[in-house]
Amino acid sequence: MNICIKGGRVIDPANGRDGVQEVYISKGIIQGVGEAPKDFRAELTINASGSFVMPGFVDLNTNLREPGYEQKGTIKSETKAAVRAGYTTVCCSPNTQPVLDTPAVAQLIIDKAELAGYAKVLPLGALTVGLEGKALSEAYALKKAGCIALCQTPNNMTSQVLRGALQYATTHDLLVILKPEDMSIKDGGCVHAGVISSKLGLPGIPTSAETVAIAQIIEIAEETGARVHLTGISSAKSVAMLARAQFDKLTITADVHAHHLHLTEYDVGTFDANYHTSPPLRSQADKDALIEGVAKGIIDVSSGHQPHEVEAKQAPFPSTEPGISSLETVLPLMLELVDDGLISLTQVVERLALSPSKILGIESGSLSEKVAANIVIIDPEAQWTVNDENWQSNGVNTPFWGQQMTGMVTHTLVNGRLVFEK
Amino acid sequence: MNSSKQTASTSFKAPDSSSLQLNDQGRLRHFLTTENLSKDILTEIMDVAESFSSVADQAVKKVPVLRGKTIVNLFFEDSTRTRTTFELAAKRLSADVINLNIATSATSKGESILDTIRNLEAMHADMFVVRHGDSGAAHFIARHVAPHVSVINAGDGRHAHPTQAMLDMFSIRREKKEFKGLKVAIIGDILHSRVARSQIHALNTLGVQEVRVIAPSTLLPSDTKSLGVQVHGDLRSGLDGVDVIIMLRLQRERMGGALLPSEHEYFECFGLTAEKLAYAKPDVTVMHPGPINRGVEMDADVADGKHSIILQQVTNGIAIRMAVMTLALGANRASDSS
Repeated sequence: MNICIKGGRVIDPANGRDGVQEVYISKGIIQGVGEAPKDFRAELTINASGSFVMPGFVDLNTNLREPGYEQKGTIKSETKAAVRAGYTTVCCSPNTQPVLDTPAVAQLIIDKAELAGYAKVLPLGALTVGLEGKALSEAYALKKAGCIALCQTPNNMTSQVLRGALQYATTHDLLVILKPEDMSIKDGGCVHAGVISSKLGLPGIPTSAETVAIAQIIEIAEETGARVHLTGISSAKSVAMLARAQFDKLTITADVHAHHLHLTEYDVGTFDANYHTSPPLRSQADKDALIEGVAKGIIDVSSGHQPHEVEAKQAPFPSTEPGISSLETVLPLMLELVDDGLISLTQVVERLALSPSKILGIESGSLSEKVAANIVIIDPEAQWTVNDENWQSNGVNTPFWGQQMTGMVTHTLVNGRLVFEK
Repeated sequence: MNSSKQTASTSFKAPDSSSLQLNDQGRLRHFLTTENLSKDILTEIMDVAESFSSVADQAVKKVPVLRGKTIVNLFFEDSTRTRTTFELAAKRLSADVINLNIATSATSKGESILDTIRNLEAMHADMFVVRHGDSGAAHFIARHVAPHVSVINAGDGRHAHPTQAMLDMFSIRREKKEFKGLKVAIIGDILHSRVARSQIHALNTLGVQEVRVIAPSTLLPSDTKSLGVQVHGDLRSGLDGVDVIIMLRLQRERMGGALLPSEHEYFECFGLTAEKLAYAKPDVTVMHPGPINRGVEMDADVADGKHSIILQQVTNGIAIRMAVMTLALGANRASDSS
């Protein structure tokens, strides 16, 4: 179908664009921006005046929950939530049941995602068999089956296995996505080791549980030359360590979950399990440093999407499952930072779309001509309340439930196909 | 597009402790923590306990205050001592008492806490006395019980043990008459202690001059000072001039791992002996929630000596629990009739 997106403000840092321009799409490909291709006749014209037109977002680590945890979410429900949130591509975590450590599971996920027809799903293969942290999984077979990268969460490997896994990944030029977490220091903790853990008597997770893991990974990545992406960092110290590693020209990148740019340990309040996250929400100083890290381009932003069934949060705080159903609040939370003057709109696109695409090595994150039309249109003024009416994910486990958000996706195109329209 | 201008609702935001614990008239409805409770309420608990402490001296050790009420001791963690004092308190108030040891029953078969609560409510329970290994368990249950049910926290994880703290306050008041000007030292495993957290809040609210905690750094929370205490790593300096010493129980499993090297070394540094006691005021009061590890936390001659009020604490515990049960069920009746 020939589509013309008309009158919107095109924000496309890959091509240095920021201004009102038309976008012309046909056969799923962007045929032109600004100037109409010869003989272009639109079959569908989307009026985007007053809206932003951006490359679709790319999420580096989303939990789709299927197969195995369909009570929390399905490939269909969560990819539908993704396109509603402006994501055109999501990488799905291997912690399914069975674990995504074989080509068969990868194929199942790819097939189901295609059948659902919403966001593109790029499977992340398990770095170790069963995610048990002991034996390397068949990385080459997983790559052939369509896995974009390998992933291991939690970090339950010995240093020796981690080193071997990173080294082996270089053989097949595979990116490795890791959650930096030293499990022995974490030791059953469920909130940041700070004021709130002291007050509520909740087992704390010291910052060193993250920084020790990052230090270990940086050293091994440098020695092996592996490409590593750290997902979900939470502390000021972590940002500083990454800045240093990048200064040293290491191929190491990282992301922060969008809600960590807004919430702190104090939000846990009196045992509110909706604020039970992994990594934990830390101090105000950590939050400020994470925002600065995003503004400086040291770290990107991921959703950290973890949908849960209601029962998963209905227990005493330490026994609840960590995580936020977060895909659908990422954009308004980022726009709030723009509104506060902390980051620019261009940076929103860079951190949510362009940079994640580069990390994955995929042709996405831009509105370049002749690339697949993965596009999101946003009404920056639209106000909406986080409630059943405006929610797509199976998981309603969000601390933002009931709150008003500003900024809403009105259209999402995946490969030139309109998969979401408000 | 949804253009409703609804303001941010906080429906999913958990209420804070004080709004959860008090009814519309500001009366104690649940007793979950000493934090955020006013001096008046803490004083009222002690005053009511004082009026009940003569009950034990009567030939018939019963008053008909809670006749017809059903109190369920809901223990997700074993504790014979605490459960017994709650049971005795309830029986002295003429309530019907059911003891449920969940550690060995329903939830181990996969039943959720909420299912257990719903079932007991259907049996017309009026009060749950809850002990659980998770911090926040009593808050969680209080948020989900029916409006006519009161919840008393009998210890949740490392968070709070408010009746233990209040019996300690009651014991201090009986010894020292008032809290003003007192220097109190709490010694031992602060990190894992729900008792210490509840004591610190209560002592500060009741207006003592100074609360000190004395412990090795591995047994302190990450941000101890934010609790409103002074931190001492040395027993002698910590005890200097104190009026009250509260010893904490040290679990044996803390030894020999990454927290403490040995009982011997712990006693050497933090064990209370007659020699170290001399640093405190001459009329110092020594307390311990029991059971005591003699020779680890304190010397036998200190535990049994003239400064010790350890056994009075146990007696006072029953009066305090009678007081809390009476006030909480009374506040619930008050909100029913309003």
